[in-house]
Amino acid sequence: MLQIISVLLENKPGALMRVTGLLSQRGYNIESLTVARTLDPEVSRMTISVEVEDALRQQVIKQMNKLINVLQATDLTDTPSVFRELLLVRIHTSQESRTAVLKEAEIFGGRVVDSSIGGFAIEVTGDPEKLNEFVDIMGSYGEIEVTRSGILAIGLEPKKLRLQPPVPTKAGKSEEVVQ
Amino acid sequence: MSTLLSGAKMLLECLAREGVDCMFGYPGGVTLPFYDCLYDHHIRHVLVRHEENAAFAAEGYARTTGKVGVCCATSGPGATNLTTGLMDAMMDSIPIVAITGQVSTKMIGSDAFQEADTFGITRSCTKHNYLVKRLEDLPQIVHEAFYVAASGRPGPVLVDIPKDVFQAQGHYQPVSTIHLPGYKVFTEGHTGQIRRAVQLIQKSERPLVYSGGGIVAAGAAQELRDFVELTGAPTVNTLMGLGALPSSHPCFISMPGMHGSYAANMAMSHADLLIALGVRFDDRVTGRLAAFAPHAKVIHVDIDPAEIGKIRTPEVPIVGDVKQVLGRINELLPHGNSESDGKLSPARLSWWDQIRAWKKEHPLEPVTSDSEIKPQHLMAEIDRLSNGEAIITADVGQHQMWAAQLVRFNEPRLWLNSGGLGAMGFGLPAALGAQFARPDKLVIAIVGDGGFQMSIPELATIASYGLPIKIVVMNNGYLGMVRQWQELFYNNRLSAVTLDCFPDAEKLAAAYGFKGKTIDKPWQLASALEEAVREPGPYLLNVRVSPLECVYPMVPAGGAISEMVLGPPQPVADAVK
Repeated sequence: MLQIISVLLENKPGALMRVTGLLSQRGYNIESLTVARTLDPEVSRMTISVEVEDALRQQVIKQMNKLINVLQATDLTDTPSVFRELLLVRIHTSQESRTAVLKEAEIFGGRVVDSSIGGFAIEVTGDPEKLNEFVDIMGSYGEIEVTRSGILAIGLEPKKLRLQPPVPTKAGKSEEVVQ
Repeated sequence: MSTLLSGAKMLLECLAREGVDCMFGYPGGVTLPFYDCLYDHHIRHVLVRHEENAAFAAEGYARTTGKVGVCCATSGPGATNLTTGLMDAMMDSIPIVAITGQVSTKMIGSDAFQEADTFGITRSCTKHNYLVKRLEDLPQIVHEAFYVAASGRPGPVLVDIPKDVFQAQGHYQPVSTIHLPGYKVFTEGHTGQIRRAVQLIQKSERPLVYSGGGIVAAGAAQELRDFVELTGAPTVNTLMGLGALPSSHPCFISMPGMHGSYAANMAMSHADLLIALGVRFDDRVTGRLAAFAPHAKVIHVDIDPAEIGKIRTPEVPIVGDVKQVLGRINELLPHGNSESDGKLSPARLSWWDQIRAWKKEHPLEPVTSDSEIKPQHLMAEIDRLSNGEAIITADVGQHQMWAAQLVRFNEPRLWLNSGGLGAMGFGLPAALGAQFARPDKLVIAIVGDGGFQMSIPELATIASYGLPIKIVVMNNGYLGMVRQWQELFYNNRLSAVTLDCFPDAEKLAAAYGFKGKTIDKPWQLASALEEAVREPGPYLLNVRVSPLECVYPMVPAGGAISEMVLGPPQPVADAVK
């Protein structure tokens, strides 16, 4: 079953590779992945949608939480949360269909971002299933090209973030250079 | 206050501050600036003959001392050669820090000479790794690397340093704190779960302690001993945990698993409580999972939360440092109820009677012969000489299993072997690292004729540093464990397992300037081993053993551990006639 994982990670080189590597080394195929900075520019939020056997879901989360750059990995699959995706579609449509296409876009809460003689570019957001339906409908009006952002998710219940405080090093005691 | 230093000098400064006295490595183009500074530094650099062995030697050092082992290699092939040792340290949770050189930052990604994506390649064979892009980050990263390697569940950490970072000059400021907000180390253990564990332990009629490498890593041997003596619980030590409870301890049964003893595996299969301490329910221990310890409730103590419930869901999960957790359990247990106090409950007494009966039924006994040296005989003789005191390293295969079955260890950190990864060629370089860590100790490397031939380059290192390591080759002319499987499961079709060429040991050792000998008769064994130990320098003893011996007991892959094959199949008596 498709698992939705939300990962808070340090914005450091290689951090993304560690998370994706953990999945790919187990042979999991990542369905979608989004990542961007949070309010804190040193921390990024990732949403991963990945096919994992139910029995192994918890293990995957635990392994992610072990990664040193990961501040918190949460399984949102079965917890109260909102999933959203952004879709951009370019549709080539005939003059006769233009009004119908606009009507459909309106039903889906879409927004025309470009209009030309040949057709439109439309932006829609929603949960992934709604977007699938929209793609099917648009496809029936003409040739389409689609690009999707992948799922973005946010849990609806606040989750406490436990961070480790700094630890002193034994190496820092002496100011004097040894050599 | 700050001092102007080059990157190479800063690295050495950080290593010195971490207490590094010895490192194992092999120089190359991009590490030249570092080796130039090393030239007049007090840290001892041991020049091995292959980078893989630098990592194994660092592991040998770390496994012997519990301190972080350090190895060093150049970019490209140097770094790729380290990977087997890194993976080995990863699987067995051994703290090592690997320093690799990288091509200059401006050249990275240009397919420069000796360039490899070390950071990417070692992502999955390290606990954590770093590519140092700026000199000012170097001290922080090096100290983080040591902290991460040694804390929590230990493991290997790699620091990749480009040549221009080694060369750049910068102001050095000692690092006083490490801040890794996402690195969680759990040590104490949940008080409620600890109480539940104590209750289960007291209620249990057939408890069994299943302890492993985590006890060694945590330095919890004393706590384990106290626990075992308080409860009188029979104990099995895994391959990684041998010595955690002295082999001579009355509560010690032996090693469980695929080549574990009959008594250990039967005890696992009949226990009503498994007290799992610093173990990970490895497939070589559990056999077929559905049939593993079917009657047992499980208390699982491990510092790594991801190990809890990974294979077997415990009734009582305790995430924590096993030393602290056992210490607290011991405080809560009633004193004066152990076997030595003669106060074991009748149920516990009959559990012990059962275990003793199993031990008697199929003991692990050395097989001997008048005409040829049986491998078990060899191990028994090594055991007699060591008397539980020597550091014994092993490669991987039959000799490793026989040694684990028959050689006793009075302390942890005496038995060094590649447990999880099963890397051939581990024993000899690990012995090298161990001997540097403990110059006072007798170090015996027990290797097979296969693994030995993977490690031959290190004979030069042993000779040039005059390390008095005793190399004992258990030579059966085969890749014995693979041959055993081919015999038992592939109709004895011996495919690519014959090692029909082996160098003359005496001449080989002489070529490196030390003594060697080949023996093949049982009456030569004791005196040859004694001679090797008496020799002040290194010694290569090539022992020709009976070639077709198989390791028993054996749990066939996918079998339940209670269904051991105890010996060679008996010939069907004249059934055809």
